[in-house]
Amino acid sequence: MKALMFGWEFPPHILGGLGTASYGLTKGMATQSDMDITFVIPSPWGDEDRSFLQIIGANRVPVVWRDVDRHYVEQRIGESAENYFRFRNGIRYDFRRIGTDDLGCIHFSGRYPENLMEEISNYEAVGSVLAHVLEFDIIHSHDWLTYPAGRFAKHISGKPLVVHVHATDYDRSRGRVNPDVYRIEKEGMDAADHIITVSNLTRQTVIEKYHQHPDKVTTVHNAVEPLDFVNTLVKTPRKDKIVTFLGRITMQKGPEYFVEVAARALQKTQGVRFVMAGSGDMMSEMIRLVAKKGIADRFYFTGFLTGRKVYEMLTESDVYMMPSVSEPFGISPLEAMIAGTPCIISKQSGCAEILENAIKTDYWDIDVMADFIHAIVKYPALHRTLRKNGLDEIANIKWEYAGEKVRDIYNRLT
Amino acid sequence: MKSINFIFRIHQRFNLKHYAFFDIGNDHYYYDDYANESAMQATVENNCLEANRTLLEMIRSANGKFKVSFSISGLALEQFEQFAPAVIDSFRELAKTGCVEFLATPYAHSLAALYNEQEFVEQVTLQADKIKALFGRKPTVFANLALLYSDEIGEMVAGMGYKAILVEGAKHVLGWKSPHYLYHHINNPKLKLLVRNDKLSDDINYRFSQWQWDQYPLTAEKFVKWVSAAPAEEKVFNICMGYEALGLINSRSSGIFDFFKALPMFALEEGITFALPSECVERHKPIDVLSSIHPVSWTDEEKDISAWCGNELQQEALGKLYSLADRVHLCSDMLLKFDWLRLQDASHFFVMATKHYSNGKIYAQPIAYESPYHAFINYMNVLSDFMERVEAQFPSSVENEELNALLKTIYNQEKEIAQLKKKASQLKETRSKGTQK
Repeated sequence: MKALMFGWEFPPHILGGLGTASYGLTKGMATQSDMDITFVIPSPWGDEDRSFLQIIGANRVPVVWRDVDRHYVEQRIGESAENYFRFRNGIRYDFRRIGTDDLGCIHFSGRYPENLMEEISNYEAVGSVLAHVLEFDIIHSHDWLTYPAGRFAKHISGKPLVVHVHATDYDRSRGRVNPDVYRIEKEGMDAADHIITVSNLTRQTVIEKYHQHPDKVTTVHNAVEPLDFVNTLVKTPRKDKIVTFLGRITMQKGPEYFVEVAARALQKTQGVRFVMAGSGDMMSEMIRLVAKKGIADRFYFTGFLTGRKVYEMLTESDVYMMPSVSEPFGISPLEAMIAGTPCIISKQSGCAEILENAIKTDYWDIDVMADFIHAIVKYPALHRTLRKNGLDEIANIKWEYAGEKVRDIYNRLT
Repeated sequence: MKSINFIFRIHQRFNLKHYAFFDIGNDHYYYDDYANESAMQATVENNCLEANRTLLEMIRSANGKFKVSFSISGLALEQFEQFAPAVIDSFRELAKTGCVEFLATPYAHSLAALYNEQEFVEQVTLQADKIKALFGRKPTVFANLALLYSDEIGEMVAGMGYKAILVEGAKHVLGWKSPHYLYHHINNPKLKLLVRNDKLSDDINYRFSQWQWDQYPLTAEKFVKWVSAAPAEEKVFNICMGYEALGLINSRSSGIFDFFKALPMFALEEGITFALPSECVERHKPIDVLSSIHPVSWTDEEKDISAWCGNELQQEALGKLYSLADRVHLCSDMLLKFDWLRLQDASHFFVMATKHYSNGKIYAQPIAYESPYHAFINYMNVLSDFMERVEAQFPSSVENEELNALLKTIYNQEKEIAQLKKKASQLKETRSKGTQK
């Protein structure tokens, strides 16, 4: 089974959960012996792990014919030009309206720039070239940015299209949907032969807001990669307990509820400190709110953390809190559990559907969350039990299982 | 002659209200009266009244040949008295037939037997007194909650003068032995052990309305056949379960009441009688010892105490609770004692079990908590407040022994004063007599 996947991010250079999920899922699927995955991303850095799949950078795929010789190409891209000439044979449409370089390739930022819509349509052009050249049995598009490319590839090749909904615009905007984004999402889902959602919550949104037939939508919950350096993470003994928020400080993640909870808990509980890690458009607002509540002496901002730093922060924490207003899945509580940190998560998160040994509340229920923080600080058995059961549970949430479910869907379609 | 002993356990879970940590120190009322009353109403309507009526009818129509016994916790009796006195009346009516026996059990349906001997003894005594006051007879046979039993518990029970105790027929205790005989305690041959037949009991309790069961439907005829199929030497069949099996776990429409109504006729036809535990104890001789160093109970597959103290949450909560026992025993505050009993209810700890998650347990009543962690936090908040109250009476800065000594001194002083007063009045009397002379 050969799968052509369109993605937007791939570790180690990631901006959000999408990259983590793409990596985990493809790695989990690669354990199936007959699975052959080609993963397209806009702009690879070159240090991606290519041991279990083939990565194609969209910025190395020519979309406009240029008469260049092999030597020149090799000099320019610094690697074998084999693929370049293979892909060049796939150019069937006139894309000269797009700005290209001397090799006929498009520049991609690979991020979420101002001209995102333009990048998405350029990516679509790359998709068409690849669809003409590559051999594959199924097309798999990760998130709305890649739906147009997937659709185009399906149109050209006639192969079935699976779109993977990691988030919808309803989650990102708390309901105030951008019509352009909605159009791209809806068109992608309409064209898809099957839709994979990361949680039942998202599945419901897809069915209700995007009017998809329920039979066409399947939930495949995300999982988490085991950490190879988990034994090197050590918690520094402290007198005070630490409660951590970790993620983008944006509307979707509900950071203001975290501040409210902190203020409420600090009214009656001593010996607890709060940390908000990450950055985002609501950060300065949060700093103001903390000052207004008068809890700045016990509330800290760390800024954006990556890689090992994330796990170090999680290990140092006694509680990880994710009061997301709307979270399609939310891998970070799973990461916290791997680090052995108990979690308080909102019921409005997709991961709440699969986690048993985490505390689940409504994101707005400040009193209950404060109560839990008090309990974890005051009753040590709670922390120990949550930690132990959480570690046991997380060891059984594997990407391989998610990969098997995706494979079942492939098998049904081909 | 073979005999079947039906023993029903009755307990009402005491629901705590949602108690946040902001309430600690401010609010000393811990109970969700609404939930308690509505649960009680459901029990009374679907279970107790109708079941009692059915049993009474069976006793009357069988001319006293049908017999049944109950083990009712003191807290349940209190709740009946408070919310549904009609239930007490119907139990009284059952008691009047003489075909009904009430067993002793810890008053608060508590795990005191595992944690504090003094508390255990006090609760069993309290319970026996309550039964005597309500139904006119003192129990002579003991049945712990969930038939919790170990050699140590057996010794405590024997020390209180009970002649028999009901125990679970757990495989790891019985081994190859049959539950259909009488056994005795390992050190004390006077304490007899009646063994519950877990297969037949669960057939009625859990499997009666399970249509997936290969023996479904269970009829009275079939059930009696199973009993009579046992070897002729096996005489005692203890069928013991929660009373909610009649009407709650197995709803009225499952035919559970008709099953029971039909039982006496089929049984008597096969020459099987019904008996009370105390009769069995007198009628039969124990054939062997039965011993268990570790506590056994009737819950789950494991038949142990892990449903109440299997994880750290439960151990912490129970440990904290019973660390207060000595101090609560010293005090005489009625309200404190009232809460003390209610906080010991084993069901508070049962809902903190993390091992139950996915094995699809059958509950007679829905659990009020979303997860064991919610249950733990709520309980600990309540317990924190209770601890503060105990602390206010007896500061923890005073050592238990010191406190004891002080209290003893006061008590002794009172005694001495009383003695001296008595002496003084005696002397006065003799003097007045002397002057008369």
